[in-house]
Amino acid sequence: MVGLITIMMSVILVDNFVLAQFLGICPFLGVSKKLDSAIGMGAAVIFVMVLATAATWPIYQALDSFEIGYLQTVVFILVIASLVQLVEMILKKYVPSLHKALGVYLPLITTNCAVLGVTIMNINDNLTYIESLFNALGAGIGFLLAMVLFAGVRGTLENEKGVPAPFRGVPLTLISAAILSLSFMGFSGLFQ
Amino acid sequence: MGKKLAILTKGLIKENPVLVLLLGTCPALATSTSLINGVGMGISATAVLICSNIVIAMLKRIIPDKVRIPCYIVVIAGFVTIVQLLLQAYVPSLYKSLGLFIPLIVVNCIILGRAEMFASKNSVIDSALDGIGMGIGFTLALGLMGGIREFFGAGTLMGFSIYAGHIDPMGIFMLAPGGFFVYGVLVAAVNHFTANGTKKKSFSCDDCPLFNSCSLKEDEEVKNKLEKKGAEA
Repeated sequence: MVGLITIMMSVILVDNFVLAQFLGICPFLGVSKKLDSAIGMGAAVIFVMVLATAATWPIYQALDSFEIGYLQTVVFILVIASLVQLVEMILKKYVPSLHKALGVYLPLITTNCAVLGVTIMNINDNLTYIESLFNALGAGIGFLLAMVLFAGVRGTLENEKGVPAPFRGVPLTLISAAILSLSFMGFSGLFQ
Repeated sequence: MGKKLAILTKGLIKENPVLVLLLGTCPALATSTSLINGVGMGISATAVLICSNIVIAMLKRIIPDKVRIPCYIVVIAGFVTIVQLLLQAYVPSLYKSLGLFIPLIVVNCIILGRAEMFASKNSVIDSALDGIGMGIGFTLALGLMGGIREFFGAGTLMGFSIYAGHIDPMGIFMLAPGGFFVYGVLVAAVNHFTANGTKKKSFSCDDCPLFNSCSLKEDEEVKNKLEKKGAEA
């Protein structure tokens, strides 16, 4: 149990997907303008990451047993894409309230590198099924944490008075992300 | 002929995928820790981009419109697997240092974006030229970022020592914050030198290559309609 919590906490704080490993930068910079959309996106990512890991881990074991592990990339992306579509349809029909909260973000994260990244990472690191699920959960929570923190930072960046003209907009966003990422480096070495 | 040349060269500066269109940010930040890694990643992605652009341009009449994104993804994933196996066999050191980001070329927005925005509407030759131009632009940007980060962060360039031990290199440039910082400064530099020429881009859904097939768009359209109705009332 301690091992599982260590895996989860270290991927939330030390190896944060967005701020330390550069996975999922596009949604991190694109959807973090408003706090409520940042939370919605983060929650959808947690959901899809755990679901995708739950589906792809057994599939890889099957591929591996037939010695066609090299098909991993093709199979994983297809499984994730169809899974997300399926879940979206099911949610729309049976749980409309959840679909309303997460639905719009679901198709967007099919092609999110953080989701494919976590499934491949679980295989590369030889994690067990339970460890993989916790790793995916932690990665999702870390993504949500980074999104929420950055949405707060961007709220105060709206006023660009005094910023040199070439730095307005995108460069300013990137440099504030650098400072946020710097602060997360303070966690390094927290878990072995 | 001039038109073909324009397709080829627009990816270099004017529509540079990383520095102007702001696509493919994840691999740009993650693999630009040294000049070699940056250029290696750039070349791998270029190979996939050219091949997938050609195949998708050939298949554009056969692929049904409704399932086009999954079809593009399968084509791209096939080429990524080929590149992955080739790298593993012939350049194992690069394969090791790029690691996870080789399979992740599949979800690189540049490749899917060019398939959706260019290859699905243009001829095979134009699509191939577009792939070459965009790929070189991507490689240039990654090489530039990798060179800057390696120079300041490790004091070397292509593995050769530059400072010769006189100055301690600033290791932070090799780490995550350095990546964001160098990228930010480069975008600012491009903004400065092209202040009048190109329109300003921002990080938002409007610039996402998948915007047309994404349900956030429908959501926004509904919102806009509601707002209009509200304004009329």
